[in-house]
Amino acid sequence: MKNFGYSIIKQRTIDYDQFDGRLLNEVLEMEPSFKVCLSCGGCTATCSAGDLVSFNVRRMNLLLRRGETIELESEIQKCMLCGKCMLVCPRGINLRNVIMLIKKSIAKYKPINS
Amino acid sequence: MKAEGKIRVWQDYQKEIADDHYFYVRSCIRQNFFPGSEQTFLKILRTELGKDIYENPHHTTCSGIGYHSDVVPFDTIQTIVARQFALMTEAGYKNLAASCITSFGIYNEIIETWKEFPSELEKVRNFLKSATGREFEVPQNVAHASDIVYKFRDDIAARKKFSLINQHTGEPLKIVEHIGCHYSKMFPSKGVGGAEFPHVLVGMIESWGGEVIDYPERRHCCGFGFRQYLVMSNRGYSVSNSRKKFESMEPYIPDAILCNCPGCPMFLDRWQYVIEEMEGKTFGENGAGIPVLTYEEMAGLVLGYDPWDLGLQMHQTNVEPLLNKIGIQYNPELKYAGKDGKMIGKPMMVGCGW
Repeated sequence: MKNFGYSIIKQRTIDYDQFDGRLLNEVLEMEPSFKVCLSCGGCTATCSAGDLVSFNVRRMNLLLRRGETIELESEIQKCMLCGKCMLVCPRGINLRNVIMLIKKSIAKYKPINS
Repeated sequence: MKAEGKIRVWQDYQKEIADDHYFYVRSCIRQNFFPGSEQTFLKILRTELGKDIYENPHHTTCSGIGYHSDVVPFDTIQTIVARQFALMTEAGYKNLAASCITSFGIYNEIIETWKEFPSELEKVRNFLKSATGREFEVPQNVAHASDIVYKFRDDIAARKKFSLINQHTGEPLKIVEHIGCHYSKMFPSKGVGGAEFPHVLVGMIESWGGEVIDYPERRHCCGFGFRQYLVMSNRGYSVSNSRKKFESMEPYIPDAILCNCPGCPMFLDRWQYVIEEMEGKTFGENGAGIPVLTYEEMAGLVLGYDPWDLGLQMHQTNVEPLLNKIGIQYNPELKYAGKDGKMIGKPMMVGCGW
């Protein structure tokens, strides 16, 4: 492939006709408390891993709800499962369980060509 | 809505286009990218339609590219435009016909500025008088060349040798129309159909037998964007915009793309080649690209002009699939023959879908 000195930027459009909600639905079914997340970001502010690396719990939530499983898989590897996010969550969401459920099931729902 | 209501609302989206006696100003870049287009426009107007259209070889660039790239100040571009108007006034014309969409936007922007700020007009009159001794009148009518072809589209249709019909299937050709952003997005009232329903190319396509494709990114910019292209490392922004459009139109299997701007056909044509070289991806049928034409080239094909006289060999995306569908006879041996019959040379870089 030729190099012309510039690159083609990958589209960031989320096509909801192509949306794969299977992983999200499974997580919500197994951990219903996650349905009431209001994206306040308290989890991210207190995150031990986020203090050391670019881990962002709220972004993980967003990736899951957008069906961006490829990015999500690498993101959740950064979590140390310390549970501090659960201590500050105003809605009492069991975020550690959410992470564990994603880790357990994500391989099933990754796009075949990823 | 009742039919009368529709007609009344649609009146608000019309513009006045002069009937005859035009002063023509050419585009800087179209003469290089699509050298046959402007000549074809003049030929159609003079020979086919019998109109009076005059161009003065002393007219210059409008300097719009420099203005939009922040290297030409507003005072300077106003004075350059005033000089074009002075040439028009000296020749006794009142109707300006611009070949370029950037220039069309510039002329409208400056005339509107003079309406809102008469002191600017007086200042520019003084600038031009002191620099060149010339005086000028503001044009009574400013039309883009595509407006004029739109106005006479049915007269062209009455003289057509070919229709935009697929000869193999008998179905209308599926055409993507792409309007230049500076045609009606800046001053909606200056474009046929305004910014919401640009009809200038739709009217031509429908009048000549084709069918317009409505696809999600229809009104998206081609990505030219001046500074997006002028700096090489920024060209990724430009090609990414075009790619977004190609991806959006691809499922509709378009037979051609029709443009009325200098930059849009250039980039929609060239970027197809670049994307094929960079990613191996093409967007047309059977691994080919989607041919991209200017409205003058399309009108010329409909009127039966020779494709190589129209300059279609200058396109980087191969146009032969479209010619075959319309049923136009052409000699492949003469594709790169000059006016005197001598070969002008084949491009070293291979075009999209060859």
